[in-house]
Amino acid sequence: MKRYTIFVITENFIGILNRITIIFTRRGINIDALTASESSVDGIHRITIEVTTSEEMVVQLVNQIEKIIDVIKAFYHEDSGVVYQEIALYKIPVARLDGSLEKIIRQHHAKIISAEQEFVVLEVAGHKEQTQELLEILKGYGLLEFARSGRVAVAKRMRTIDQYLS
Amino acid sequence: MKEESMIRGADIVVQSLIAEQAEIIFGYPGGAIMPVYDALYDYHEQIKHVLTRHEQGAIHAAQGYARVSGKVGVCLATSGPGATNLITGLADAQIDSTPLVCITGQVAAHLLGTDAFQETDVVGISMPGTKWNIQVRRVEDIAPAIAKGFYIARSGRPGPVLIDITKNAQVDFGQMNYTPCLGFRSYKVHQPIDPNAIQKAAELIKQAKRPYLLFGQGVVLGKAETELKFFLDKTGIPGASTLLGSGALSEDHPNYVGKLGMHGNYAPNLLTNQCDVLIAVGMRFDDRVTGDLKRYAKQAKVIHLELDAAEINKNVKVEVGVLGDCKESLSMLTEAVEQGSHPEWLGKFRELEQMEKEAVMQHDITPTKVGLTMGEVINQINRYKADDAVLVTDVGQHQMIAWRYFQYKKTRTQITSGGLGTMGFALPAALGAQLYDYSRQVVCVVGDGGIQMTIQELGTIMQTKAPVKIVLLNNNYLGMVRQWQQMFFDKRYSFTELNNPDFIKLAEAYGIKAQKVTERNTLTESIEDMLIHDGPYFLEVVVEKEDNVFPMIATGCSVEEVRLS
Repeated sequence: MKRYTIFVITENFIGILNRITIIFTRRGINIDALTASESSVDGIHRITIEVTTSEEMVVQLVNQIEKIIDVIKAFYHEDSGVVYQEIALYKIPVARLDGSLEKIIRQHHAKIISAEQEFVVLEVAGHKEQTQELLEILKGYGLLEFARSGRVAVAKRMRTIDQYLS
Repeated sequence: MKEESMIRGADIVVQSLIAEQAEIIFGYPGGAIMPVYDALYDYHEQIKHVLTRHEQGAIHAAQGYARVSGKVGVCLATSGPGATNLITGLADAQIDSTPLVCITGQVAAHLLGTDAFQETDVVGISMPGTKWNIQVRRVEDIAPAIAKGFYIARSGRPGPVLIDITKNAQVDFGQMNYTPCLGFRSYKVHQPIDPNAIQKAAELIKQAKRPYLLFGQGVVLGKAETELKFFLDKTGIPGASTLLGSGALSEDHPNYVGKLGMHGNYAPNLLTNQCDVLIAVGMRFDDRVTGDLKRYAKQAKVIHLELDAAEINKNVKVEVGVLGDCKESLSMLTEAVEQGSHPEWLGKFRELEQMEKEAVMQHDITPTKVGLTMGEVINQINRYKADDAVLVTDVGQHQMIAWRYFQYKKTRTQITSGGLGTMGFALPAALGAQLYDYSRQVVCVVGDGGIQMTIQELGTIMQTKAPVKIVLLNNNYLGMVRQWQQMFFDKRYSFTELNNPDFIKLAEAYGIKAQKVTERNTLTESIEDMLIHDGPYFLEVVVEKEDNVFPMIATGCSVEEVRLS
């Protein structure tokens, strides 16, 4: 069992995400995280899926995803093959802002992206281990809400979307 | 604004089907598809419609038509229950790679998601059971969707497509300028064959002492029957067929060694674990073929000629994967290999075949017991059938026996539900196959369990006068389940015995000539009567109640543990 990032380059059609996720459901594989958004090319979507499974399974998953008619390309990498980032938001009551918290914010390279009358929102970008570490600390500061994105990743391999399209 | 040249969406649907050279639609009307049915009224000279008695009957008939003709089967149904009744057929066509275009009506676009009358999310429901599906909500999207649907259904590894058309799109007016689909960027059909892979495969074959070839339906779908024959002719390699591969090579071919799988032949299963090079062509190593994968052909170097990239290394790890159309790859491989023969190795197959003859076939074909066997019925059919007779079977004991003993001489003569194992498939599928060609002999062999799942299609046979020859092998049991109960569940026959209706009266009620055989001495004559009868015919043969199908590879066993009894 290892962590893999699956990349899917696909046409932006209704239902495509459903077609992809049922491949995981059918095999009883849990999706750890998923992000989907428009790519650099018009009309082409890019979906990044994080799973923890065996390499044998990830190969099957990728083969089946690539078989979907509207999918242009699917491939996978281990963590070492990708550059990735996640973003986390933490909502903290204003009342708990003090010197020690300021130190923590600096240490974790967090940013205050919003300050309201009752709360502030901190933002950290990094790997899950880092955002998790800050989460544990901020639980001691009356954390009101926490949200973390799926992985946004680019492969280290030198290929562009255009190459998949041709 | 409606311009002069505009026509209704429903007319666009029908004209698109005609543009794709669809000859026949199997369907069932209902509210949300009524505009299309209204349009069909005007086109009855250009396209035929067959009203089945259930949507499942319609889709299985379309499957039978597609399997025998190699064309795309077309199916029409309404929304809601009409659409959900297609699901079994879609799943069946998906796993058996049958090209279909199914068009369903849908509630008007403004009602989508409101739980309107007969609204169901058929696009969502059918997603895992289709090669592609789409919902069309605007009249201008109808023709492009149908063009794309036909292209996807018939190209690459064929499969079923579902197009769900909302009622507003059917009644709105739009322009009809049909452009056939010739491809699109996310779907690459043609894979150039890698010459290095061919070279590697040829090298392995050259060094092989005991090479062995398995062929599946891919050979039929890829129209590579001649290429397969040439390859076997040149190399002298023994070849065995999967369930759906039967017919791709005439059983008269000197290198043909039999059938693979749970109830296939003894030698082809057993010797899988003795070959040194295994060449798989257009097949997918289904678990019914491989038995326990951990003990499947471990000694062999595997070469896999396959169109679907996802099938290579899916179940069996290969030494050489040759991706692409097997018509091309087989002829390239034939060119790259040397002339050869393997008389000793082939002799081994013949030796084991003899064992199977003595241990199993004699009992099945020339029984000494009083009760009739399924095998002797098929054997008698062989005596009188035409070379290109099509065998359509349902699922269960009769399916395995009919497959084992039917002598396949021509391609596209084997129609059965292989991957999904759909009981109730045979009767409508036989109807569909027969409607493709009235002059062809279509023999529908079916059990007393399966026939009752779609028996209403006798009505369609009556109405179309399709001269299907129905052979009901009646043992008053769900025979295959009973066999498993006998072998693996201490003979606890839990809910497998059937109290059956008078099938003869039933067939006659539908105006179909029917006859019942209970004694051996009238069997031959009855089969002859049936095959020469002009029109549909229903022959019920009462067979031994508790006969079993052998050889058998029990679940979890290895191919080398194939049992003769």
